[in-house]
Amino acid sequence: MSALRPTSKAGPIRMSLSSRFENIEMVQHLCSKLLEGREVPEELRHWILMALREALANAIKHGNQQDSSKHVHLEMDVVADTLAISIRDEGPGFDPEAVADPLAPENRLKTSGRGIFYMRTFMDEIRFQRHPAGGMEIVLKKNLGAINEKEENPA
Amino acid sequence: MKTNVRDAGGVQVVELKGKITIGSGDVQLRETINKLVDSGKKNILVDMNEVTTIDSSGIGELVGCYTSVTNKGGKLKLLHLPPKINDVLTVTQLITVFDVYESESEALASYRG
Repeated sequence: MSALRPTSKAGPIRMSLSSRFENIEMVQHLCSKLLEGREVPEELRHWILMALREALANAIKHGNQQDSSKHVHLEMDVVADTLAISIRDEGPGFDPEAVADPLAPENRLKTSGRGIFYMRTFMDEIRFQRHPAGGMEIVLKKNLGAINEKEENPA
Repeated sequence: MKTNVRDAGGVQVVELKGKITIGSGDVQLRETINKLVDSGKKNILVDMNEVTTIDSSGIGELVGCYTSVTNKGGKLKLLHLPPKINDVLTVTQLITVFDVYESESEALASYRG
């Protein structure tokens, strides 16, 4: 049945932002608006917004090297109970497999390298791909309906 | 982020208020702790009660501060961790690195032990 539900009342949201950390909260606010009217528990909303923050910070800092003339391209929508976020930078890209495991004892006290781990932890799906138009794209997905069902019927 | 530092019997209690996120609060946290360490303060208790948001950069700075203080022979401990920050430290297994207290008096007593 969920596939027959309409897409979100607001959205999709598509935009390009200059590479400034100040833009992160604006995008978080827009994502919140997108989730409005859905029964998304506050806790879940919080972790989604954190994953979104990490993806944007990654694109601005590591992808675009904080070059404000470069843009972060964003798309967010909720379709059939799944929130999908795509964030693309204009950087050279990276190999996600080469990112060190922050849980490894030798990395535990490193001052960086946890952003992707948090995204993986808080979202259902995370995918990295080099975009045909250039740059690295991160796609994050979270099933909002499944979580609602889980919380309504705790095991 | 706002910071307030007070002395409690030789322990520097660093009260943080607001966000510790990339470009806003992360560097400030490092500078506050470095200043204390540079002036010879070794016992530092970071009160997180009024921290509203932390991200991986903020967590990274917290870890960096912990290492700086430890390397100087001091102790950096955490007080009043909000539940979500506790969760963020737990998933990265950092909760086992930090000494965390719910009560300031217990935390202060731990420096005397």
